Amino acid sequence: MLRIENLHVDVEGKRILHGLSMTVPSGEVHAIMGPNGSGKSTLSYVLAGRGGYDVIEGTATFDGQDLLAMEPEERAAAGVFLAFQSPVELPGVGNATFLRTALNAIRRGRGESEYDAMQFLKIVRGKMAALGMKDEMLKRGVNEGFSGGEKKRNEMLQMALLAPKIAILDETDSGLDIDALKLVADTVTAMRGPAFSALVITHYQRLLDHIVPDRVHVLSAGRIITSGGPDLALKLEAEGYAGVVKAAA
Amino acid sequence: MPAVAETLETVQTVNDGGYKWGFETDIEMEFAPKGLNEDIVRFISAKKNEPAWLLEWRLRAFALWKTMAEPRWSSARYPAIDYQDSYYYAAPKTTLAPKSLDEVDPELLKTYAKLGIPLREQEWLQGIAPSPDAETGRMPVAIDAVFDSVSVATSYKERLAKDGIIFCAISEAVQTHPELVKKYLGSVVPQGDNFFAALNCAVFTDGSFVYIPKGVRCPMELSTYFRINAKSTGQFERTLIIADEGSTVSYLEGCTAPMRDENQLHAAVVELVALDDATIKYSTVQNWYPGDAEGKGGIYNFVTKRAACRGARSKVSWTQVETGSAITWKYPSCILQGEGSVGEFYSVAITNNRQQADTGTKMIHLGKNTKSTIVSKGISAGHGQNTYRGLVRIGPRATGARNFTQCDSLLIGDQCGAHTVPYIENRCLTAKVEHEATTSRIAEDQLFYCRQRGLSQEDAVGMIVNGFCREVLKELPMEFAVEAQKLLQISLEGSVG
Repeated sequence: MLRIENLHVDVEGKRILHGLSMTVPSGEVHAIMGPNGSGKSTLSYVLAGRGGYDVIEGTATFDGQDLLAMEPEERAAAGVFLAFQSPVELPGVGNATFLRTALNAIRRGRGESEYDAMQFLKIVRGKMAALGMKDEMLKRGVNEGFSGGEKKRNEMLQMALLAPKIAILDETDSGLDIDALKLVADTVTAMRGPAFSALVITHYQRLLDHIVPDRVHVLSAGRIITSGGPDLALKLEAEGYAGVVKAAA
Repeated sequence: MPAVAETLETVQTVNDGGYKWGFETDIEMEFAPKGLNEDIVRFISAKKNEPAWLLEWRLRAFALWKTMAEPRWSSARYPAIDYQDSYYYAAPKTTLAPKSLDEVDPELLKTYAKLGIPLREQEWLQGIAPSPDAETGRMPVAIDAVFDSVSVATSYKERLAKDGIIFCAISEAVQTHPELVKKYLGSVVPQGDNFFAALNCAVFTDGSFVYIPKGVRCPMELSTYFRINAKSTGQFERTLIIADEGSTVSYLEGCTAPMRDENQLHAAVVELVALDDATIKYSTVQNWYPGDAEGKGGIYNFVTKRAACRGARSKVSWTQVETGSAITWKYPSCILQGEGSVGEFYSVAITNNRQQADTGTKMIHLGKNTKSTIVSKGISAGHGQNTYRGLVRIGPRATGARNFTQCDSLLIGDQCGAHTVPYIENRCLTAKVEHEATTSRIAEDQLFYCRQRGLSQEDAVGMIVNGFCREVLKELPMEFAVEAQKLLQISLEGSVG
């Protein structure tokens, strides 16, 4: 279970999160929606442990572990996965090498045995087929020269491969066409189960047509102003953020 | 399989950081008196039992050297070197001219075992390709082991002799094949070529000699492993490789030294000669002691390496991975005389802490339709300074000559420097010369991305750097690519705070 309490975060001396609290129980998929600049990406980076985000107050725990005290790679090993809004390129680093290194690092962290090259290839090819990815994507550099859609697919491949306990999807839907959007949704849906939870951060409701969330939270000016069931997303779509923000104020 | 695919295991086997080749072998040594003068030159020549012509040759070089000034045009900065405060000859007492591996001092064999250099031989039958070692999974490699001033062992000599290949210490070749040595020694790098080459000609002690006869493809990798062990000693090795018509050889050198507070000089000369249709692949994994984090100690690596592509369609390919040394000053070059001859230079140079490297190549196009490729990857971390310096010269008769140069620099941290100094001289209208250069930095978002996927910071840096160097590492013989990747990782340890 992910539990965030009264989280205050500064970026370059400017307060971005103002006492954010929320809980994502294991097995549930929660959506966070909010207008631009409300702190959505800040929340995802703070949870994953990126540098430059100063926690001033509050706590974030995952399955009882103090996330904020852990290094990014320790959080990854604990089962936290972040699907990036704009995945970076790693020129010359073969995608296969990268994926296998990551998978084995995570497995080591979990006390599981590492995969050799042949075992790994078998597993990754299976996952790639499900995502409609061609074999040559393994030979290319990580995200090197990938289109926007290919990068997002590669993120989903990593998520499926690393099998996290909680996946944070930071506006993974931005810039995707409807087919790619559906693929992202299908990947998340396929992973749903009692041991998996997800925090789907999105600006638009359309992704939530495909990933039906258990809860929807509205983030505005650095805190959750209202929460509800899936119909809250529909209401937002119909009335816009302004109305909801005003009603909550 | 691309070399980079092995990165993971490699990187993970490296858990003890620092310079782990820095130990010293305790062995009884014989030294020449300290300092440099004509008597020392005579002493060395006498120790090697050299013919008169070679002593004369050395003395001529020494006379030239005395008239020359140390070059200071490179970007490296260092205090004046006292050439009288060093030993020019140091040899283990027990191992003068051992006939076989069994006669080599066990202390030396232990040293090489500790360095991971297998000197023992493995049998294989005529006509059947060598197979990997059962224990290590490595292919057998013929090794010439040079310890300070002498070659202490050369493996697989008899096996190679079956194909007419000569692979031995150069001091031995002077005795056994004087006609070849006399014909080619100094024919690529003459005595007065430059200050350090002249010094080497006067006092060179040992190194490898390779001759590949006409039409022979050398059946295994040849390798020389240079080890500086003695204190206050310079190493002046001399290597000469001749590939006769239609022959092929791949050669690799490696180097290490103990950790010491003093700077030690390594001034080598390597000459390669490729005749018609011959191919020489020369790879270097240079890992001399780089000095400590404050820049104390370390090897001054001032080296002259040059290849003469004399024959038509001959080809020489230099690949170097330079991770060690306090200062590196070297420009492995190709003189492309033969029509359609090809020169290649692939380089990775890392400078961390206070290391300085000024390295690159010279491609001298003289013949028609000659072709050269230069790929240089410089990585600077800590307070390291890294300079690529390269010359591409196209002579008036080199019609149809082509060069492609790519220089990439990677910066880690904000205290280091990268410099690119290309010289292009074109005297031929039909020649085509291309130069590309980039400078980049390991971005915080790349590191974070890797760490979010479970990689430690050091592994992430290693992976990004190996990716950056991929084009060069894939040129290394497979057996050494893994080694080189490991080195890159170790060399950069602690470079990201």
